[in-house]
Amino acid sequence: MAKREEYEAVIGLEIHAQLKTRSKIFCSCSTQFGDAPNQNTCPVCLGLPGALPVLNREAVRMAAKAALALGCRINRVSVFSRKNYFYPDLPKGYQISQYDQPFSEHGEVEIDTAERDERGRPLAWRRKRFRIRRLHLEEDAGKSIHDGMPDSDRASYIEFNRSGVPLIEIVSEPDFRSSWEAYDYMQYLRQALQYVDVCEGNMEEGNLRCDANVSVRRRGTATLGTKVELKNLNSFRFLQRALEYEINRQIEVLETGGEIVQETRLWSEAEGRTYVMRSKEEAHDYRYFPEPDLPPLVVSEEWIEEIRRELPELPNHRKWRFMEQYGLSIEDAATLTSTRALADYYESVVRETGDPRTSANWILSELMGLAKAAGIEPFASPVTPTKLAGLIRLIAEGTISGKIAKTVLEEMFRTGQPAETIVRERGLVQITDAAHLEAVIRRVLEANAAYVEQYRAGKEKLFGYFVGQVMRETQGRANPQLVNDLLRKLLMGG
Amino acid sequence: MPITKREVEKIAELAHLELTEEEKEQFTVQLAAIIAYVEKLNELDTTDVPPMAHAGRDERADYAQRDDVVGEGLGSELALANAPDPARGYFRVPKVIEEG
Repeated sequence: MAKREEYEAVIGLEIHAQLKTRSKIFCSCSTQFGDAPNQNTCPVCLGLPGALPVLNREAVRMAAKAALALGCRINRVSVFSRKNYFYPDLPKGYQISQYDQPFSEHGEVEIDTAERDERGRPLAWRRKRFRIRRLHLEEDAGKSIHDGMPDSDRASYIEFNRSGVPLIEIVSEPDFRSSWEAYDYMQYLRQALQYVDVCEGNMEEGNLRCDANVSVRRRGTATLGTKVELKNLNSFRFLQRALEYEINRQIEVLETGGEIVQETRLWSEAEGRTYVMRSKEEAHDYRYFPEPDLPPLVVSEEWIEEIRRELPELPNHRKWRFMEQYGLSIEDAATLTSTRALADYYESVVRETGDPRTSANWILSELMGLAKAAGIEPFASPVTPTKLAGLIRLIAEGTISGKIAKTVLEEMFRTGQPAETIVRERGLVQITDAAHLEAVIRRVLEANAAYVEQYRAGKEKLFGYFVGQVMRETQGRANPQLVNDLLRKLLMGG
Repeated sequence: MPITKREVEKIAELAHLELTEEEKEQFTVQLAAIIAYVEKLNELDTTDVPPMAHAGRDERADYAQRDDVVGEGLGSELALANAPDPARGYFRVPKVIEEG
């Protein structure tokens, strides 16, 4: 492993994100996922002769939101180009993309990143900037099915529902020095795209896809090593594991006197390794040229500013604000800002309770637990922010104990009733009447005379037992502090 | 600009065309003539002229764009009507081994 330390990785990511428009980028076919094969097709997305593309205005808007969220500069004029290659799922023989005049360029994000220990736990968080070279618009290709059909040994099946779905391609600079940096960036990118509401961000469904360029070099070297392109990184875990594997593989090759071959490799999760996909001496020649069927895309400064004004607070800034304003840990702030809806939920609760710490605890430990068990998002539960705030208020006022509150929350989650109603109807109001509690405690001590003897003889552990008995007698409604005080007094005084 | 036979071979390969030796020779000469003709444009001084990608450039921001409204498509049956080998609602093609 000493050798590992002598090298550093240089990684760049190319991310394709499907924009969540209703219709495709150049025709009015539906982008609905999961429809019958070839259902959502027309002459444009099937590449039939004579069909002409017309740009979807909403796709441009969404690309602009993404570009601004990632700190890119939007070009006033950008140009669509044809990228020419042959593949059965590319019906026109070219993909409409952007080349030398992309939609936007020169982005940058500053995010929290950390290396992880063997169990995946973050070591030390630090902030780092990663640059984005360009973000451009293009169309998706169709889908090829190579396996799983009776004649898959000799035939491939093609369908075009995905052909023409709008994509943004986000190309980073080679700024990542470890697999975890790439992982944290990818996570952030997804989160930012979800915050600005332009991409579902589901890697498993393929609406967010990632390729990586990886090379290694000895620390302190300025030149770049030969890079390998990695494909098939269909989940965050795959991305991290594939990069880690590839970095080690390249170091191993160099250490044993070999040379890195410029090639495309695929990650196989089943085998836990990458293998060569193609290794052509001749680089791809896509013969890009301006798309004659589409005019240049022109946007105005006013339009860009209008979209900038519509942007929400972005996830990194919101997280940092939560840490500063509400005194939350980086982990708690990260969880509470993981989605916009959850962050909104939290802030609504805080506005009503005025207690950021307690509000965070109830959401993170209790509400999220219930939501997870029920398989829903916490903000989508019947416990609205106002209702959760109502529960927290009842605890703060001493009407119910924290322990009872958990039971009440479960009931709220199940029925959607406000805390006050449940507490009233089920008689869960905390007993804070000292005389009443003292009577209960006396009964408990009388019934456990033997234990009382033992306690007084020095077996102090029994104190918890008495508390438990009192709580049982009161169905958990006794004020815990008061029970402690009274018990201690009565046990001492006898 | 002269064009070589090797370049003709490369263009043919990229276009998935198989050319006979005779055709290669013939196209080398013809392509060279076409390029020589277009090169006449280089006689003009274009130092201060920005490259033009399209004649239809317009300063209006949303020129020639459509609203995001789903329209009627062909549907699966019509889409496959002229396919040489449709199967199970798909276009079936000879096995694709790998890209490139």
